Amino acid sequence: MERTEAELIAAVLKGDAASFEPLVQKYSPRVFATARRYARRDSEVEDIAQEVWLKAFEKLGSFRGEAPFEHWLMRMTVRTCYDFLRGHQRNRESSFSDLSEPENDWLERFVAAPESASEHADAAKLLINRILEKLSPQARLVITLLEIEDRSVKEIAKLTGWSVPLVKVRAFRARAEMKKILAKMAKEKYL
Amino acid sequence: MNLEQLQQKLIAAAKTEVLDDRVPYAFEKRITALLSSRVAAQKLDVWVHGLWRAAISCVAITIVCGAFAAFTPATNSNSTDLSQDFENTLLASVDQADQAQ
Repeated sequence: MERTEAELIAAVLKGDAASFEPLVQKYSPRVFATARRYARRDSEVEDIAQEVWLKAFEKLGSFRGEAPFEHWLMRMTVRTCYDFLRGHQRNRESSFSDLSEPENDWLERFVAAPESASEHADAAKLLINRILEKLSPQARLVITLLEIEDRSVKEIAKLTGWSVPLVKVRAFRARAEMKKILAKMAKEKYL
Repeated sequence: MNLEQLQQKLIAAAKTEVLDDRVPYAFEKRITALLSSRVAAQKLDVWVHGLWRAAISCVAITIVCGAFAAFTPATNSNSTDLSQDFENTLLASVDQADQAQ
């Protein structure tokens, strides 16, 4: 008979580390999908996922079971991703001179006729990833959660551990930061 | 260039990206093995901490005893012959019995 999540967690807390395996198996796809939003290399994604599970195991005693285990785990995942971003702030100062040909073409198309530049194009996805990499860790996290994943301010506050007013302030600053990067890109390309 | 519109387009592009939720082969096995080894190491840690504490206590007691022995003034003994002192001590009760008679 398959054991419930609560039973598995209780067994782990009693010292049965093997009972943690079904939880890892069940929720790893979500952890990996989230980690891939913030890290590109497979090794980095795997490091984040491993870190999340080790933290989850160590802090399992603090899980009170009031909210689903998945919510608790996702909070840990987002916070681990944020720590990763803070520790790996590379490429933030690089210029836009090395845009690939499809990215340049997409931008040209957008400048000529914004409607003709499709958001489904791979070049647009490459471009947004490039811009996200140039954002500060806080701004990247807020833009990802608020704009890309369409989460509410309250949800973000719960996920990140920040207060609601702080999320709003950081969201305002993140949008401004993104606009500044886009302006820099436009200036480098067209001036 | 309309930056506001560009920002919206790029955000929309990011939203269309399908999330990759692939998990490396046997990832859960690796995590479980890592956790099991950590749990074993933690048990060993408890012993190591206990032994270190005991060792520190022993060293502290040795230092206190050493200091006590070094700084306590030696009792004045006129005799320099240890064997004579030993004999006197050992036969003290016999001597006392002789004196009583």
